[in-house]
Amino acid sequence: MIKAILIFNNHGKPRLIRFYQYFAEDLQQQIIRETFHLVSKRDDNVCNFLEGGSLIGGSDYKLIYRHYATLYFVFCVDSSESELGILDLIQVFVETLDKCFENVCELDLIFHMDKVHYILQEVVMGGMVLETNMNEIVAQVEVQTRMEKSEVKLSRPSG
Amino acid sequence: MALKIVKGSIDRMFDKNLQDLVRGIRNHKEDEAKYISTCIDEIKQELKQDNIAVKANAVCKLTYLQMLGYDVSWAAFNIVEVMSSSKFTYKRIGYLAASQCFHESTDVIMLTTNQIRKDLSSPNQYDTGVALTGLSCFVTPDLARDLANDIMTLMSHTKPYIRKKAVLIMYKVFLKYPESLRPAFPRLKEKLEDPDPGVQSAAVNVICELARRNPKNYLSLAPLFFKLMTSSTNNWVLIKIIKLFGALTPLEPRLGKKLIEPLTNLIHSTSAMSLLYECVNTVIAGHDVNGSPFLPPFSLALFLFLRFQLCVQKLRILIEDSDQNLKYLGLLAMSKILKTHPKSVQSHKDLILQCLDDKDESIRLRALDLLYGMVSKKNLMEIVKKLMLHVDKAEGTTYRDELLTKIIDICSQSNYQYITNFEWYISILVELTRLEGTRHGHLIASQMLDVAIRVKAIRVFAVAQMATLLDNAHLMTGNVQRKGICEVLYAAAWICGEFSEHLENPMQTLEAMLRPKVATLPGHIQAVYVQNAAKLFATLLKNQEGNTDRTAAQETSQLMIDRLPLFVQSANLEVQERASCILQLVKYIQKLQQKDVEVAEEVIALFAGELNPVAPKAQKKVPVPEGLDLDAWINEPPSESESEDEQPKAIFAKEEPKHSRARHTEVDEKELAKRREARKQEQANNPFYIKASPSSQKVYQEAPGVEHIPVVQIDLSVPLKVPGLPMSDQYVKLEEERRQKERVEKKKKEKKKRKEKRGGRGKKHDSGPESEEDITPAHMVDIVTEEMPENALPSDDDDKDPNDPHKALDIDLDKPLADSEKLPVRSHRAAEALKSPAEDGDAESPASQEPKKKSSKEKREKKKDKDGDRKVSVKNGNPTRETALWMYIYGDKKSSKHKKKKQKREKEEKEKKKKKKHHHHHHHSDGGGEESVQNGTVEEEEPLPVSVCHQSFTEIDIQGNLQDGSQVVVSVIFENKCDNFLKTMEFNVLDSLNSKLQRPEGSGPHDGLSVPFQLPPGVSNEARFVFTMQSIVMPQKLKGTLTFIIKDSSTHEKLDFKLHFTCSSYLITTPCYSDAFAKLLESGDLKCSSVRLEGVNMPFHHLLARICFHHHFSVVERIDSCASMYSRSIQGHHVCLLVKTSGQTVSIDAKCDEPTLLGNVLDEIKQTFSQC
Repeated sequence: MIKAILIFNNHGKPRLIRFYQYFAEDLQQQIIRETFHLVSKRDDNVCNFLEGGSLIGGSDYKLIYRHYATLYFVFCVDSSESELGILDLIQVFVETLDKCFENVCELDLIFHMDKVHYILQEVVMGGMVLETNMNEIVAQVEVQTRMEKSEVKLSRPSG
Repeated sequence: MALKIVKGSIDRMFDKNLQDLVRGIRNHKEDEAKYISTCIDEIKQELKQDNIAVKANAVCKLTYLQMLGYDVSWAAFNIVEVMSSSKFTYKRIGYLAASQCFHESTDVIMLTTNQIRKDLSSPNQYDTGVALTGLSCFVTPDLARDLANDIMTLMSHTKPYIRKKAVLIMYKVFLKYPESLRPAFPRLKEKLEDPDPGVQSAAVNVICELARRNPKNYLSLAPLFFKLMTSSTNNWVLIKIIKLFGALTPLEPRLGKKLIEPLTNLIHSTSAMSLLYECVNTVIAGHDVNGSPFLPPFSLALFLFLRFQLCVQKLRILIEDSDQNLKYLGLLAMSKILKTHPKSVQSHKDLILQCLDDKDESIRLRALDLLYGMVSKKNLMEIVKKLMLHVDKAEGTTYRDELLTKIIDICSQSNYQYITNFEWYISILVELTRLEGTRHGHLIASQMLDVAIRVKAIRVFAVAQMATLLDNAHLMTGNVQRKGICEVLYAAAWICGEFSEHLENPMQTLEAMLRPKVATLPGHIQAVYVQNAAKLFATLLKNQEGNTDRTAAQETSQLMIDRLPLFVQSANLEVQERASCILQLVKYIQKLQQKDVEVAEEVIALFAGELNPVAPKAQKKVPVPEGLDLDAWINEPPSESESEDEQPKAIFAKEEPKHSRARHTEVDEKELAKRREARKQEQANNPFYIKASPSSQKVYQEAPGVEHIPVVQIDLSVPLKVPGLPMSDQYVKLEEERRQKERVEKKKKEKKKRKEKRGGRGKKHDSGPESEEDITPAHMVDIVTEEMPENALPSDDDDKDPNDPHKALDIDLDKPLADSEKLPVRSHRAAEALKSPAEDGDAESPASQEPKKKSSKEKREKKKDKDGDRKVSVKNGNPTRETALWMYIYGDKKSSKHKKKKQKREKEEKEKKKKKKHHHHHHHSDGGGEESVQNGTVEEEEPLPVSVCHQSFTEIDIQGNLQDGSQVVVSVIFENKCDNFLKTMEFNVLDSLNSKLQRPEGSGPHDGLSVPFQLPPGVSNEARFVFTMQSIVMPQKLKGTLTFIIKDSSTHEKLDFKLHFTCSSYLITTPCYSDAFAKLLESGDLKCSSVRLEGVNMPFHHLLARICFHHHFSVVERIDSCASMYSRSIQGHHVCLLVKTSGQTVSIDAKCDEPTLLGNVLDEIKQTFSQC
């Protein structure tokens, strides 16, 4: 199970947070801060796994993260997930974002947090991996975007 | 007024969308908080508007603000509103917001049940998908129970997109509602072989999650997974399956052998490192479980050929790999081997110690973890010595703290099993106190206490060490940063006090304990200081009185009297109390001393007796005596009637158990004696009862040869004066010497033996390295066992977390389903209540028989499955939560009509019989109710005498949307529940004087309106109709009919229904400020009325939510158990409520300018609560 997915930038500003277990808002922020603190002080050439985030979960949980340019993608998972598998999944997610936004950069995530959520929803659902095939993910996201556009067109003349 | 202003600026505000908000926040870096608070105000205004687009936009912005840490739960109701929009765009925004901020205690969740159900059955697969995704994040036990059946139906949806989501969400449903696991499991199993890989993957995912916690229940699935493993090409699925097998092989060793081949194939063929790693991991996990190696010598040969040479011995290569991820995982895998093959890991000690120097903390921590399992009596000292070096070098407190706890863990594991020399351990602990800024002072302290109490032989040494610590206490307290470590002084003071007879220089220690500086320590430590100073004083007195030098004893008393007042002034209550007690005591002693009375013996008696260690679990293990029922009332609680006073105080009186204090029942002495005797007898016979044998605690056996041990002869005084000096090292050296000596001695002995046995066959060579058993401890250590209560039963279940949700999922899945286990299908409680007796008689099945939605596909599947145990139907469905945002159409219940219906049904029956000969049909009376008009046939499974599934062809939800002064919009959802295509639907209502259906121009007053769509089987769609109302003060019922054509039969069918317009549906939720509300009440234009509700058993906020929700009120103000509420009708009537609750009684005082309307609204509120 994935317990949380956090995306923040090199300064710890959250760009997307998705908790699959309830935490109050202040605790969520504390977790982001703590996670950022743990992750940011690590060199780029050390391993992508991290234990000992005290706030989220216990010993069964670890943080698996990747660092892309200005963004950190952090998944907090338990031992039922394969470490290298999750690393691949992060890659799939980022590549999907890249396809959907066409050369994704931090600004896309800043201004379209909702869309990033919708894309993530096609990858992970309720803490479980839903789809790992990028083409399938992109296809479903696009259909829904089209639906949204057609609804906007419909509502324009009337309202 | 405010509303108008807002309306005027709609356009401006609507302009600010999410992007604008983000841009705004970025442009206001200096006063971000202020800017956001104005934005939140704007959002609040936007949420008050009727336009759903504006609301959705506001909710979208709130989702963003939630990410920034703002609590947006106040908008929960608005989120629900947006969720229930019919437009996908808004619905998605609503569900996203809900999934981000709803949780189990969000009140409004209970209002969403029907909306979610509607979305789940939406014809648009993306509506369903969005609902499933949202639900997966905020599913509650109630939602899980109410929707389990709907979701299960979706598992067989035609679209794989929905199937995979439905399968995945079932795991969440199982967690929240474990009863659903067994009924749903067969279908879940089916989905393992779904043609769509995504669905398959989801099913594997769910079963793996389930099996991880309770693997034994899923052993029967092993063949199926085996098949999947050899056929699937999806790496993700393969990884999950392999992980699952890793959990299953320990339970079924035969599985291991079978796995060799496919795993080998995978290892050879895959290019994915993740898969390769998991394969190796599972091979390792399955290796040698319960003494039956699953890859005996084969493993070596096999892995030598591997690309990464990942066999047990060759994991080393992985760890030496330059890729840090592989290094980490290699160490992780090693910790798994450690459990089964500790020896093979121990040989890599050098490598693991080397990893402790790695720059990566994750790797260092992994290596530390491995060390824990690698220690033995032989290498403990060496390993700890290395760790101590790392402690000195380590930068960053977290890692150092981790090292510290690991050292203590390693040393104390399995009851100090590996410690051969406790003096060494104590000095390690003392050295650890030099650590700067550690948080684990208390950990060191508890170790010191534990060792000193349980290892009697070490007390002399420990006391000496502790005395030095106390003497140098300033080193610990001096620095503010060292606060954590001063906990050690707690242990030091206690040990010095309790075992003061071993002190070399008690006077010096006493002075150290009474230094003024002590007053800066935390209170609980000072208290221990004071108490133990008294113990020390007692010992001193005893020594000094023996010396016949009376002045010394008197000086000691004087010292106490001089120093104690400092503690008497302490702000800490504990310190103060102890100090003043002891001060008085010492003053009294001094008086006696002046009279030359010997007091030492009596003072010593104060602290006589040994303190025994008590196991931490001891309290929990105290068995409940026979005949004591802890759940029974000691005194019956006062009866309800007593507390049902209207005074709010009465409520509290009920909660206070003071009145019902326990009165001990008299048990006569004889009985007691008998019981005592019986208990003793029981204890004697109970093998688990740890008898308080005096030998284990009091008799310390001097081991033969203890005198030879050099350790005892260390000159303690030299190193101990400076606590900072690392002295543990010398023990390592000494230990070596000792072992050497022992070895020599042994050799001698063996030589002797050999001489004696010369010519004998068994020529034992004394081999170089000694084995584990050969190492004898330096001290014959008697580790006192921790005490347990009488009759304590050994049980290991107390380590499990009772709150673990997976405990409830430990369910046998192979047992056939019982009738009582079937999933609840939504049922209509109100309809049952309304059902006429005539109908009940007419219905073949009992009234409780509820309709069951079921796709025909599912039925076909069922027929294939001969077990018959998979049938999911419901006899006593749990009533769903009342969620009526909608006005409902009631099925026609009049007997005259009923006749008509019956005829029609008969007709239908004939037709259907023709079509499906093997099915027997019969009519079900109107099983619908509140929200559905169900008029269909009930099919029977052939072997069963009662009907199990009901198929109605339409379901009508009416949503009352109110606009203008006289118009009401009714949206009707038509759901085709039969197997045939429905077309040419026409909706018609018999107009009354008061209310008319708006028909297009040119049509007559009795013409029906055609429904603008057709309905394929299993599909639902929504149509809206506008009604014009004259007066709204009375509730209305309109009769209507729906005509339609069943495609294949091309006959006209008719369905009668009733539209029920309640007065509440004419009310619009209108916010009102408290001052405006007060003015309104003062104006005196309003008429009064009131109503009392009895037996309402729900929290007040639920009650309010319910009134708000069903009757469209808004809360103006709430104070404790009293709230004022407001609403306005579409024609501008003000309705004000004052709701008060006391116990189970709710009183509602209401005011309205239209008494009839008010009366009806109150009746409806009453009705709402009578249904719950």
